[in-house]
Amino acid sequence: MAITAPDITSEVVRARLQGEKADVSGAAFRYLLVACLAFVLAALVALIVSVSPEGLEVFSTRGVADFIQRPYSIRPDYAGVYQGMVGTVTCAVIVALLAFPLGLASAIYLEEYAGDTWFTRVVDIVIRNLAGVPAVVYGLLGYALFVSGPAESITGGSSVLSAGLTLSILVLPIVVITSAEAIRAVPSNLREGGFGVGATRWEVTRTLVLPNALPGVLTGTILGLARALGEAAPLILVGASTSGFSGGEPGDLTGRFTALPNLISGWSKLPAANWTGNTQAAILVTLALVLGINTVGIILRNRFEKKK
Amino acid sequence: MTATASPRPGPLSLEDLSGDPRRQTIEKVVRAVLTAAAVTSVIISIAIIYVLLKDALAFLGSIQLSELGDDVWLPRGGRYGILAPLTGTLWVTLVAVLIAGPVGLGAAIYLSEYARPRVRRIVKPIVEVLASIPSVVVGFFAIRFIAPEITTKLFDGSPTQNLLVAGIGVGLLTIPLMTSVSEDALRAVPLSLREASSGLGAKKVTTVVRVVVPAAISGLVAGLILSISRAIGETMVVFLAAGGAGTVASSPLEGGTTITAAMASVASGTDNVVGVGNTFQSIFFLGLVLFLLTLSLNVVADRFVRRVRQKY
Repeated sequence: MAITAPDITSEVVRARLQGEKADVSGAAFRYLLVACLAFVLAALVALIVSVSPEGLEVFSTRGVADFIQRPYSIRPDYAGVYQGMVGTVTCAVIVALLAFPLGLASAIYLEEYAGDTWFTRVVDIVIRNLAGVPAVVYGLLGYALFVSGPAESITGGSSVLSAGLTLSILVLPIVVITSAEAIRAVPSNLREGGFGVGATRWEVTRTLVLPNALPGVLTGTILGLARALGEAAPLILVGASTSGFSGGEPGDLTGRFTALPNLISGWSKLPAANWTGNTQAAILVTLALVLGINTVGIILRNRFEKKK
Repeated sequence: MTATASPRPGPLSLEDLSGDPRRQTIEKVVRAVLTAAAVTSVIISIAIIYVLLKDALAFLGSIQLSELGDDVWLPRGGRYGILAPLTGTLWVTLVAVLIAGPVGLGAAIYLSEYARPRVRRIVKPIVEVLASIPSVVVGFFAIRFIAPEITTKLFDGSPTQNLLVAGIGVGLLTIPLMTSVSEDALRAVPLSLREASSGLGAKKVTTVVRVVVPAAISGLVAGLILSISRAIGETMVVFLAAGGAGTVASSPLEGGTTITAAMASVASGTDNVVGVGNTFQSIFFLGLVLFLLTLSLNVVADRFVRRVRQKY
């Protein structure tokens, strides 16, 4: 008589292996971990919800365009973020024009040109430590160099140019570190192939290494840029205005200026009854800008990772 | 058949091998430009240290050192008690790390050990969104949500703006850093360790707690130290939500200030105090303290990160 095997399903096997006891500690641990993630999610949701309602109301009564196109005013109904937008976007352009080429060049030097000498090791250590310096300290540097220091005659003191230069120094280490990582990830047999057919080091770098590393480099730069644009602390030290001033037009590099995060900081301290709507609306504009830039960076990176 | 033999090439000289002189020139120029770029970062660091030291020393020279032992920090009133911002920083950092440490680690363990790839692809960006929220926005969130909805309800009678509120806000900002460093450390643990543990009959939770976490401990410690360093350096949340009182706080429920917030407070009155005596210079002294504090923490964290890399 043939023995018919009972249904051996994965559940039966698992139950046998676990001694048919419920895994209480395992489940508890798992729920604890999920709770941690839920906390992060809840904080994020609470944050978005708490900065939205009155801001959206300002948008619907005044229109987004009106809020974005009006300069600072002491009357909440007329105050807008125009000067802050101009300041933040100008800073972004300066950072992109300065920190990106300089950071990429440093990364290429460290990864492709320099051997393992004492100089490279020093530069490497210095850059990694610079990335950990708090943003306020960069504000002090910006103040001492550009606002009251040797470059004052060029920057005009507390100006958007000083702010852009300060933020460029702030993101430089981030750009160098992420670019160097992207360059390091390019397989070395590509380089060997290039050298094998007689190309010089720069020709190998330009035609083989850089095209392959570019997505990673761009991602790093974009994420660094988004971080810089959200910083208020260094710009407080550089002298961003939080009260009304005339000017702050696009292209005015050496006049008085403000930036979106500094407007938010200034408005947060004004009487809540009149100003909460404007503060929230300014926050929504800033979040749209910063998260927008970030999303581009993250999408680029995901694409890059998939390809690899 | 030797009639049409091509002329034999002469012996190769060094010039033939060194290539086109134009290409050599480009090569030299490029190398010089790149070196200059790398030197810039060293110059920036030297500039930071020079700027901080110069004005901090000028400040220290202009006051009596015993004034630093005062228990009130009020630069405008000529009182420079460094203890007040230091204790404030300590409280804020403590609260922030008590939140960011466990929550960040838990999220990292889940992402690295439990989450399926599909879940991970959705959850990871959420943590990254939190990382990219500007700190001034979290500061606003702290005064308009954390203070009225959480802390004043839990601790009746404390001022609405206090170090606890600021600490919670800073904690939120620090979670993503803790998560990403810890997750990297956990993922660096070789799969074979987990397989060996499971093969011996260990449950998943046992494998994680007794095998994976101990194997990644250096990296987790590094994450914790980096979180502390980030919390110490955070400015805007504290500037907006801590109340700004320059007195020594005996508990996080009191209003207070931190090194960073004290710097921002002095500087936000820039227009009227530039160059006025040593009031403004005092922030360079604070900056130097902050710089040395975070630098030493980062150096220690770097040691731990290296240890992970060497192991696996």
